Amino acid sequence: MLHVGEQTRIAMTDPSDAGFFGEFGGRYVPEPLVGACQEVEAAFRDAWSSDEFRTEFLTMLTDYAGRPSPMTECSNLGSDLGLRLLLKREDLNHTGSHKINNVIGQALLAKRMGKTRLIAETGAGQHGVATATAAALLDMECVVYMGEVDMERQALNVFRMRLLGAEVVPAMSGSRTLKDAVNEAMRAWVSEVTNTHYCIGSVMGPHPYPWMVRSFHEIIGCEANRQSQALLGGMPDLAVACVGGGSNAAGLFAGFADSPTTRLIGVEPAGGAAVGRGVPAIVHGMKAYFMQDEVGQILEAESISAGLDYPGIGPEHAFLSANGRAEYHPVTDDQVVDAFQMLARREGIIPALESAHAIAWVIQEADQLQGQTVLVNLSGRGDKDVQQVQDRLEQEAKLEGGIRA
Amino acid sequence: MTTARPTLSLETELRAKRASGRKLLMPYVTAGIVPDWLELVEAVIQAGADAVEVGIPFSDPAMDGPTIQEASVQALDNGITPASALSALATRTFGVPLLAMTYYNLVYRYGHERFAADLARAGVSATILPDLPIELADDWIETARRHGIENVLLVAPVTSDERLAMLVERTAGFLYSVSTMGTTGERSQLDDAAAVLSARVKAVSDIPVVVGFGISTPEHAVAASRTSDGIITASALMRRILDGASIDEAASLVADMRAALDVADFADQRGNDGSRHGRHLADG
Repeated sequence: MLHVGEQTRIAMTDPSDAGFFGEFGGRYVPEPLVGACQEVEAAFRDAWSSDEFRTEFLTMLTDYAGRPSPMTECSNLGSDLGLRLLLKREDLNHTGSHKINNVIGQALLAKRMGKTRLIAETGAGQHGVATATAAALLDMECVVYMGEVDMERQALNVFRMRLLGAEVVPAMSGSRTLKDAVNEAMRAWVSEVTNTHYCIGSVMGPHPYPWMVRSFHEIIGCEANRQSQALLGGMPDLAVACVGGGSNAAGLFAGFADSPTTRLIGVEPAGGAAVGRGVPAIVHGMKAYFMQDEVGQILEAESISAGLDYPGIGPEHAFLSANGRAEYHPVTDDQVVDAFQMLARREGIIPALESAHAIAWVIQEADQLQGQTVLVNLSGRGDKDVQQVQDRLEQEAKLEGGIRA
Repeated sequence: MTTARPTLSLETELRAKRASGRKLLMPYVTAGIVPDWLELVEAVIQAGADAVEVGIPFSDPAMDGPTIQEASVQALDNGITPASALSALATRTFGVPLLAMTYYNLVYRYGHERFAADLARAGVSATILPDLPIELADDWIETARRHGIENVLLVAPVTSDERLAMLVERTAGFLYSVSTMGTTGERSQLDDAAAVLSARVKAVSDIPVVVGFGISTPEHAVAASRTSDGIITASALMRRILDGASIDEAASLVADMRAALDVADFADQRGNDGSRHGRHLADG
């Protein structure tokens, strides 16, 4: 059982009163949503300073979600790569990813605010499943907005959400992926704001969401810090996590940002490299890095992983990148599929394609990381991606066969 | 209470028209929705518009419903950009003030100073940037003002009295009343919230109040104008164009609204008493 005091480590700085991390963040929302954001902020500040709320939150994370998640040393892959590889096992949480931390926090907060409905956007479906789960548990209505393309890619998760009693609404505009699901959810929130809480799934959106979502995920970093101390007698040389909006990375980084010898690494898909290819933009209620064209139209991200298929990155990551505390690097879809298989074969762990990005970067950089201790946040499990990887590998095999013939 | 605000061209013109007893009619046209969109702007002015809201399309229009989203996609596919839209406007002189409505990222990317200068060069009088809330708008408002551009702020049914006081103080041109809690788009019936909101504004300010969101028919236009100074119509007009209507066919909606507003008897609604007007809206 975790105690309230254990989650007091906050190595990252809080945003300004207006919700800015440096120049990033803020609350760029239309007038009809200003009041709703203020209401969420006031409720979160009140709840987060309440021992009663924290106890309720941590109790649910323990008794329902199965925290703390273990830290696993990967000796096989580690010795293949010539480094010490540790995984923070968020894949072992209830619903199969880190997403449950944030969702339990926000669902409890929504209840506290007297809301009866949760709405959410989802990419891969993990956040949607987690939201539907919390809604079922807390007896709330749930509507999940999901890009039509993602609904095809992640049909199993769509069924899972429906099984949990949620309504899944396809986002049909634009690229019909995560960014469009966010647009749809924001539109829906405007019209239903009195009884509905918008449960944003990553460290993005208008203030206080990036800060609040990171706060609910700080437990990842807090546990990992404690586990590193116990296992290593100190801190890892690197803490590595995949980044779409960046919630699992923010949670992990929170545990190590004040450890000056630990490099913080965010790994982006090459087709959605908001830091690598992005410039500051104001979209989805925040100022952050986004991939955009020369006049400011937002570009569509392209990634094998629906959960990272987002052209932006949360404002705190933009800040950590700008001030140099964290580094962000891209990997390609091919590297990700290789890493997915390698972790499965060498360690018996099938990672989510999202999490496989972090593994892929470690593999790519192994020569530079010889002898170092590398902690990777394994943010989710890969069951949902097995069919997609199978199809891709069969397709590749067919192409190779064709070339040989 | 509005003495501190310098009156600029759009607000001056709207106040004068209101004083003459005219209800304000502002159609919205997505720049680039059809290659000859400037003709559509001309046509709605001929049909009786008091100002035209020109939408500069954005890839992620989070405040807009399906129709304006579709219009935006079509316009972007036609290759329109903020610069090309303003250049096109600059080639003509229009008989009524123009407003540019867009999302803030396009302005941020363009640069405040350059965007304000290009708006002025294009003959645009004002901006509507729905995702730039008042707390973050100071720099844009000041830059725009130096170029003679007014920035119109939005007010919503959920806006608190405290914020309302800030909004009426900082808006210029008029105050854009969001009739309903939702996105832009056609509706069969208007929300009572519009009447209540207009009455709240009227109680604290004499700034012109123009109602938008969901004004689809001449009946809506009249109903919403009973408690306000006029209306903006967007989706119903863009829907006609998207469905392939000619410019004249589309503009006839504006003409019908103009005619309905001009013949309607608003005399019994004088005195800014919003308390009973909600009842009329359901009739539309």
